[in-house]
Amino acid sequence: MSTLNLRWELADGATIVRRNLTYLRHAPGMLAVIVMAPVAMVVMFGYVFGSAIVVPGNANYREYLIPGLFGMVAVNLIPMMVTMARDVDQGFVDRYRTLPMGRAAVPFGMTGSQIVLGALSLALMALCGLAVGWRIHNGWGRALAGFGLLLLFQYAMSWVGVYLGLVVGREETASQLSALVFPVSMVSNAFVPTAGMPAWLRVVADWNPVSAVVAACRDLFGNLHAPVTADASWPVAHPIAATLAWSVGLLLVFVPLAVRRYHRTNR
Amino acid sequence: MIVMDGVHKRFGKVQALWGFDLAVPAGTVCGVLGPNGAGKTTAMRVLATLLKPDAGSASVAGFDVTRQADQVRRSIGLAGQHAAVDERLTGRENLLMFGRLHHLGGRAARARADDLLARFDLTDAADRLVGKYSGGMRRRLDVVASLITSPPVLFLDEPTTGLDPHSRNAIWTSVRDLVAAGTTVLLTTQYLDEADHLADDIVVIDSGCAIASGTPDALKAQIGARLDVVVAQPSALATAKTVLADLPAAASGAEPATDADQRLVSVPVAADAISLTEVVRALDAAGVVAEDVALRRPTLDEVFLRLTGRELEGSRA
Ligand SMILES: Nc1ncnc2c1ncn2[C@@H]1O[C@H](COP(=O)(O)OP(=O)(O)OP(=O)(O)O)[C@@H](O)[C@H]1O
Ligand SMILES: [Mg+2]
Repeated sequence: MSTLNLRWELADGATIVRRNLTYLRHAPGMLAVIVMAPVAMVVMFGYVFGSAIVVPGNANYREYLIPGLFGMVAVNLIPMMVTMARDVDQGFVDRYRTLPMGRAAVPFGMTGSQIVLGALSLALMALCGLAVGWRIHNGWGRALAGFGLLLLFQYAMSWVGVYLGLVVGREETASQLSALVFPVSMVSNAFVPTAGMPAWLRVVADWNPVSAVVAACRDLFGNLHAPVTADASWPVAHPIAATLAWSVGLLLVFVPLAVRRYHRTNR
Repeated sequence: MIVMDGVHKRFGKVQALWGFDLAVPAGTVCGVLGPNGAGKTTAMRVLATLLKPDAGSASVAGFDVTRQADQVRRSIGLAGQHAAVDERLTGRENLLMFGRLHHLGGRAARARADDLLARFDLTDAADRLVGKYSGGMRRRLDVVASLITSPPVLFLDEPTTGLDPHSRNAIWTSVRDLVAAGTTVLLTTQYLDEADHLADDIVVIDSGCAIASGTPDALKAQIGARLDVVVAQPSALATAKTVLADLPAAASGAEPATDADQRLVSVPVAADAISLTEVVRALDAAGVVAEDVALRRPTLDEVFLRLTGRELEGSRA
């Protein structure tokens, strides 16, 4: 049995974070993608679809949309999954596992670097939002809480990404799975209020964690919000609690799963 | 130093190792030869703590690979069959990262990396992205990465596959240097000349079993040598055959084979007991004019072919 040595867990985790961030320095193209993605999303949804979408109160759709895009960025576990799958694919995980490293250092390091990259994506998305008229209305305290929730949820999703990447184990397959993230963000309140959806789809959308994060953001940022009716399901009525519950739940399940999977020697 | 004792490992329906035994004394090189899919990589992965054996036991440097994996990991370096270096980092960054993960200090890691890069002709490429390296350069960097801590035990899975002769030599030289300094090396290879040059002992594996082992010379001696005689007149073939069969050095009960088209007679002989002068004299006495008399020692290729019924992929290269 390996013993847990906190010092090496941290030092080795930091080495992995450093490695993943060094990529950015070598591949400015990757940075460009991170910068361009929010711009593209704002243009596509804010102006292309937004021109035909009517939101309650006939208000500015982009005010409604930006928290939805935050949610879409936060739920995106693909970069994490692809990086992890690629490391398995290229024999990197094998090499790591023959080193006297901390037991959980690799998954923690991978998700740790994703905090930095994820925060960068959210910050860029916020800048794009500000540029197209999205504003924070409820003061900085709540806004910070909103970003904190987004980061927490994003972190929890990155653990799902690490786990899936280890399971998939092939970079190509992982990239192909990225098509699935889109519908997950679409079947939610991120782009349109769920009230107009058929009943069965609405249930799915209301319980979708993306809806919880997005609704929580709209609450905390003071952005336009679909009215909460008396018969609303629990996550719709309590989006902040629901986001916390989802995040903690995902972490409780996927941290041990990912660490176990990483060590599963019988492949 | 490296011991495997009756190790079994199966993947679904494939029995990759079937009671595999191996013993490598400290400070020696053991070469594992076998056809594709024989279980070479699997054996190495068991030793490198990457796979748990289904049955049997394995230990490295006195530590059990399943129960004392951490200690094993502190003693080994592994260069797997597929180069596991990060394409999106430079060569130097790769080495420094592995140095850090081995818990070398920053300065020690840098010095070691510089030294290894120079030794393997990678200094010029050290600050280029590995993604832009050629296959051979990547392979070399991968081997270098496994050397970063000068581990007492080194596993090299086909370290020279796809390398040009110059790079191959660099790796051979390093392996010899390491062994001279006390490192124990287990290597698999597709190239018999590599095993011949580097290995103190050879284990031939087929379908997950060790089917033969010993020094390269001992393995060759097992097959023995062959005496080939080409006669001037086809009519002399029969006489030549009797002469060869009666040679004291001929393997007992061995029937010499004749090939009329080539005017060739050959017989298996004990290589150390034969004298070619005696052969010529005996043929002379029987009135046979020989055009060519040759003693052929077996190559490892022949050993391999005999043992496994297959030729090694690399032997034609
Ligand atoms: N992870 C795995 N899952 C399923 N089967 C596997 C796995 N690894 C190896 N095998 C199977 O086990 C057998 C032995 O494979 P191994 O890689 O050890 O062979 P090898 O001797 O290294 O061959 P090569 O010369 O091609 O490298 C093969 O039949 C292979 O298909
Ligand atoms: Mg192999």
